[in-house]
Amino acid sequence: MTEHDGLNIVPTGRPPSIPATLVRDFTPDLIDVGTHHLCPGCGEPVAMRAALEVIAELGVVQRTVGVFGIGCYTAFSNNLDVEVLQALHGRAPSLATGVKRAKPGTFVFTVQGDGDMVNEGLQEVIHTAARGENVTCIMLNNGVFGETGGHMTATTVIGQRTKNTLEGRNAEDHGNPILLANMIAGLDGSAYVARGAVNNAHNVALTKQMITAAFESQIARRGFSFVEILTMCPTGWFVETTEAPAYLGDNLAAVHQIGVLKELARA
Amino acid sequence: MTARLLEGSEAIAEAMIGAGCRFFAGYPMTPFTEVLEHMARLLPGVDGVCMNAESELEAIGMAWGAAATGTPAATGSTGQGLSLMQESLAEITLARLPLVVLNMARAQGDYFQATRGGGHGDYRHIVLAPIDVPEAVELVSLAFDLTFRWRNPVLVFGDYYLAHTAQSVDFRPPARADHDLGWALDGRSGGSGQAKLVSPLGGFKRKDQSGYNLATHYASCAAATAEMVAGVTPLADVGFIDHAEVVVVAFGTPGRYVRAAVRALRADGVPVGYVRPVTLFPFPSEAVARACEGARRVAVYENNQGQMIDDVRLAVLGRSPVDFIGGLSLDSSGFGIAPDLDVQVLRARIEEVFTK
Ligand SMILES: Cc1ncc(C[n+]2csc(CCOP(=O)(O)OP(=O)(O)O)c2C)c(N)n1
Ligand code: SF4
Ligand SMILES: [Mg+2]
Repeated sequence: MTEHDGLNIVPTGRPPSIPATLVRDFTPDLIDVGTHHLCPGCGEPVAMRAALEVIAELGVVQRTVGVFGIGCYTAFSNNLDVEVLQALHGRAPSLATGVKRAKPGTFVFTVQGDGDMVNEGLQEVIHTAARGENVTCIMLNNGVFGETGGHMTATTVIGQRTKNTLEGRNAEDHGNPILLANMIAGLDGSAYVARGAVNNAHNVALTKQMITAAFESQIARRGFSFVEILTMCPTGWFVETTEAPAYLGDNLAAVHQIGVLKELARA
Repeated sequence: MTARLLEGSEAIAEAMIGAGCRFFAGYPMTPFTEVLEHMARLLPGVDGVCMNAESELEAIGMAWGAAATGTPAATGSTGQGLSLMQESLAEITLARLPLVVLNMARAQGDYFQATRGGGHGDYRHIVLAPIDVPEAVELVSLAFDLTFRWRNPVLVFGDYYLAHTAQSVDFRPPARADHDLGWALDGRSGGSGQAKLVSPLGGFKRKDQSGYNLATHYASCAAATAEMVAGVTPLADVGFIDHAEVVVVAFGTPGRYVRAAVRALRADGVPVGYVRPVTLFPFPSEAVARACEGARRVAVYENNQGQMIDDVRLAVLGRSPVDFIGGLSLDSSGFGIAPDLDVQVLRARIEEVFTK
């Protein structure tokens, strides 16, 4: 045994006896596990957390059915304490329609990505919005297929480097990005449309307000509600984890602009 | 109840509603359109929902969502529309959901699609092929019972003849069994720590960070499929097989013409028999094998280039030669109104088999 004679104890404000904070202590009630296998710095868990907190706050837990698309966020379909219906890539809005029409008392939201919603299933969300279907669609927009490893989607901004636009997306070869929230806002049938982001604390709080407004719109049966959320994907963007929030603000948010695009007057 | 004269499409719609169907979604395509029209008219009257889906992709998705709530649901289409739905049909099966699907086909070219599964992955659908309107009414009832019992989609294989032939039908109230709906979603299990999951990737929430385990889920789906295949009674309609030298096999509405040709030949003393698979999957292999036991040759009529003939060959296992006497026979619109479906034509083809 080594004697620590003469070791200088660095003073602390309090004796080191406070119990450790566990991940579980700051996990929302409706998420079953404190850890997930998404990449460090991913924005999707932040968005999921906001949505699940709003569900708890609005008191609709026991009538909620979440319909999940296919992307990295699909991991969460397995560990939420709300009922989940897992859809195919792109097809969540029609499943949500079926649930809501068959059981009008349910509270129904979808979780989809830009690849899922704007590439594979674009017609689904457009039709569901135009029908004024009383469901909420949430789109996690990171401008890439994160799950497949960082490939271009229909929302990838001009200049963005992806695995299949190595020198950046250019309109001539790869076409132009679709600004989905703007498109949906233009449709009769949509009641609430907003675009948020989770790249800083202010935007997370703003996005949570948007989710709250969208969910309240469904509860008030005003029609289709939609929240697009810009999320970090450091892995698929090939940028440092710590630089991803700024990259989001400088690039994605410069094209897909944050704000409330439509809000039908409350009755 | 007294018998009523109804076209097949209307009779099928009424039979679905009688069997409890309360959700239907579809996209027009002849001859499926006619069923959709009747469902749109009839469902609101029984507090049901009929969705005029913007595409077949969305029709199957809407039906999937409704089915996940335990609501007796159906959809369908014709050939091309069914092809569009295959991705979802495969996954709905792996999510173990009950759903009745109509293929109001054009001719019989979709036999492989229906019986082999037109989508990806390892799954099976029960397939029922009615010969006429009264049988369609019975099989539609059976389809709803089977789909809830086995939590597996059931396909009803119809066609233009079935949709547009008017026949007298007697609707008997279906014997409805109580099926366990503990898996169905309505939101109520939320917050219990055991919130339900309906997913083609897993049957329950693993609630850990490692996500789904497809090895165990697909294995449990395979076990359920095996149990279903063993548990569903294959059905066949068999006639005139005493001392038959040639046995003719046909399915669906062409079976009526083949049966008429066989009956006419028998009346003339020709030793010919007839078998009609009613369940295309599970295929009634034993009934076909037994009916063909003493036969010198087996003949297969299908309005396609020869698809069910593979199953007939597997059933008789080389004990007698199997001849194809069908072939694609269409009207100019391709609806499957077949010039070949004429008793004289079929008689001649069967007689030719006797010369071999
Ligand atoms: C029909 C089909 N095509 C392709 C895929 C492969 N795939 C899985 S996830 C994915 C992209 C998901 O992108 P997005 O929705 O943006 O989610 P993210 O991974 O970025 O969160 C793709 C193409 C699939 N599952 N199904
Ligand atoms: S690849 Fe992107 S979207 Fe997927 S988990 Fe990693 S950071 Fe998140
Ligand atoms: Mg994405």
